[in-house]
Amino acid sequence: MTLLDRAQGSAPWTPQSTGPRTEPGPLLPDAAPVRLLGEDAAGSAGTAAGLAPELLRTLHRRLVTGRRFNEQATALAKQGRLAVYPSSTGQEACQIAAAGVLQPTDWLFPSYRDSLAAVARGIDPVEVLTLLRGDAHSGWDPRRNRTAPLATPLATQAPHAVGLARAAALRGERLVALVLMGDGATSEGDFHEALNFAAVLRAPVVFLVQNNGYAISVPLAKQSAAPSLAHKAVGYGLPGRLVDGNDAAAVHQVVGEAVEYARDTGGPVLVEAITYRVDPHTNADDPRRYRSPEEAAAWRDHDPLVLMERHLRAAGLLDEEQRSAAAAEAEALAERMRAAFRTDPRPDPLDLFAHVYAEPTPQLREQEALLRAELAAEAESSGEEHR
Amino acid sequence: MAQALNRALRDALRADPSVHLLGEDVGALGGVFRVTDGLTAEFGEDRCTDTPLAEAGIVGTAVGMAMYGLRPVVELQFDAFAYPAFEQLASHVAKMRNRTAGRLPLPLTVRIPYGGGIGGVEHHGDSSEAYYVHTPGLHVMAPATVEDAYGMLRAAIASDDPVVFLEPKRLYWSKAEWDPEAPAATAPPGRAVLRREGRSAVLIAYGPSVPVCLEAAEAARADGWDLAVLDLRSLVPFDDETVCAAVRRTGRAVVVHESSGFAGVGAEIAARVTERCFHHLEAPVLRVAGFDIPYPPPMLERHHLPGVDRILDAVARLQWESSPSGDPDEGAGRR
Repeated sequence: MTLLDRAQGSAPWTPQSTGPRTEPGPLLPDAAPVRLLGEDAAGSAGTAAGLAPELLRTLHRRLVTGRRFNEQATALAKQGRLAVYPSSTGQEACQIAAAGVLQPTDWLFPSYRDSLAAVARGIDPVEVLTLLRGDAHSGWDPRRNRTAPLATPLATQAPHAVGLARAAALRGERLVALVLMGDGATSEGDFHEALNFAAVLRAPVVFLVQNNGYAISVPLAKQSAAPSLAHKAVGYGLPGRLVDGNDAAAVHQVVGEAVEYARDTGGPVLVEAITYRVDPHTNADDPRRYRSPEEAAAWRDHDPLVLMERHLRAAGLLDEEQRSAAAAEAEALAERMRAAFRTDPRPDPLDLFAHVYAEPTPQLREQEALLRAELAAEAESSGEEHR
Repeated sequence: MAQALNRALRDALRADPSVHLLGEDVGALGGVFRVTDGLTAEFGEDRCTDTPLAEAGIVGTAVGMAMYGLRPVVELQFDAFAYPAFEQLASHVAKMRNRTAGRLPLPLTVRIPYGGGIGGVEHHGDSSEAYYVHTPGLHVMAPATVEDAYGMLRAAIASDDPVVFLEPKRLYWSKAEWDPEAPAATAPPGRAVLRREGRSAVLIAYGPSVPVCLEAAEAARADGWDLAVLDLRSLVPFDDETVCAAVRRTGRAVVVHESSGFAGVGAEIAARVTERCFHHLEAPVLRVAGFDIPYPPPMLERHHLPGVDRILDAVARLQWESSPSGDPDEGAGRR
């Protein structure tokens, strides 16, 4: 019997060591990513037929809004209103569909490119962009929307999701933690430790890797030699699933199944969503140095919005009225963003000391007094008063 | 001390259902130093959990547990094995309160058996306190007495902020009068405590160096020195007030620690004391520290670790009479 036989669940296998283990079902992903929205005009014989039309329309509306969010945030970065913006144009389906399957009690652990997922959790777009604007590390209360702050170091939020899901399970609560990461994050130690911990400690966590082809400039081929990133689940004893990350319906279904599997069994799942980063890594990046313009162009026909609209039209689910309603909704969001960012925020410098410890140390009190004096001197010379 | 720490963990687990222990070997084995002995048996595997062997995973998982309202207590088996967890400590544990503007405090205790002097091979004798002390957002404590081992660990677990709790390995088996059924109260963490009164100079130390300083103070009596010994107990927050009071009373100070001296905690203390007590000083603040070398093999560690003789040598230099040539550097170079 080979490992693959075991992974396929085809033969019984008894561990030599401790206690009973739950068979997690097939571990290996299918060879081809799950795809529901057909490439052809007929909607690929209605593979998404099982999904309610209302769901598809909702996904479409959110894709349109997500795309507009990316465009507006990119523009704000170009205007200097944001310090930086890592666009997720072309990857919107992964974030909005995945975040959309969570229950309000579930938790989301996003990375720095996952602004849309945070918006999908109901967080105000301005709060979502605080980190990237540069006035505060996180604009929202993580407990209110059950969404951790955007994590910048790669994969380090993955073990947090494991711990949180474990803590909830220990309390008898059936919540699921969803972690969003990129392909580069799968090379980090924390990714592997989190998968292993989740499997061994039986923590209901869904790890969603958005494989967008590049870790800044390094292509996937130089990131991993595995047949797929979803294969990485096998060695840890958890199921791996492969999905077309540009197919919002497929992401909704596959991540939805993974979340419910985690909720029902208390165990983790790894999902790889294959997508593509159309824009640069951030506005500071120059992708011409590491990939051809033709490559990005080839993905345009497989754009998440294109796929969804083609399908909806073929199924007779999208008329011009709905299309313009979605566009108007997106434009309203963009206008709110522009309005909110028209003025520069003025964070209080004394907040620097406010949240280092529950009780500031004597040393921080001294430093706070120093800054207070400096601010007073500045104010005096400029004729203003601080606070 | 190991028994006192075990008692502190047991009492914390009994007192607060949100306290959870996790780490490698903390279960059936009771920890390699037996600090968690019997806790899984009493509280079950959910409260005292053997984890896979991965320090970043252990600390990162504890972060998530703390985010959801638990009070995790982590054991990282040896000082040098804590380094894989350093990113979690520096990037998340220390910063979660700050990153979330106070909305997600992390009540998390990371216990690290630390320091040398037990004949361990490499990676089993590091003193890594400077890394943690240099990371804003972490509390850093190092008990030197059995009472403090109990009292400070209870305080660390009760703290709403993360604490790196450094347990001096060579004091684990120290024999001290201690009643586990009626643990004596200790000073609040964050305050330094004078372990010995003295008028001619003060030895400032923490953790494993405190007993060495007490021994040195006793030996120095023969040379007419009346040395005070100050136990810092907590490195963050740092008790400037008590340290400076002791220095002002004595006019002379030696900082003693076994980690490397260059850019170490002793350098910070010497600088702080000089800035605050310059006019009270009769001599420069001296440091007695480990050499600036990777932790040596066990057969050589006694040459590296500051012992009584090296402390007495420094104390002798505190006389600080100007040399005939008037060159103050002459005194500084003497060993």
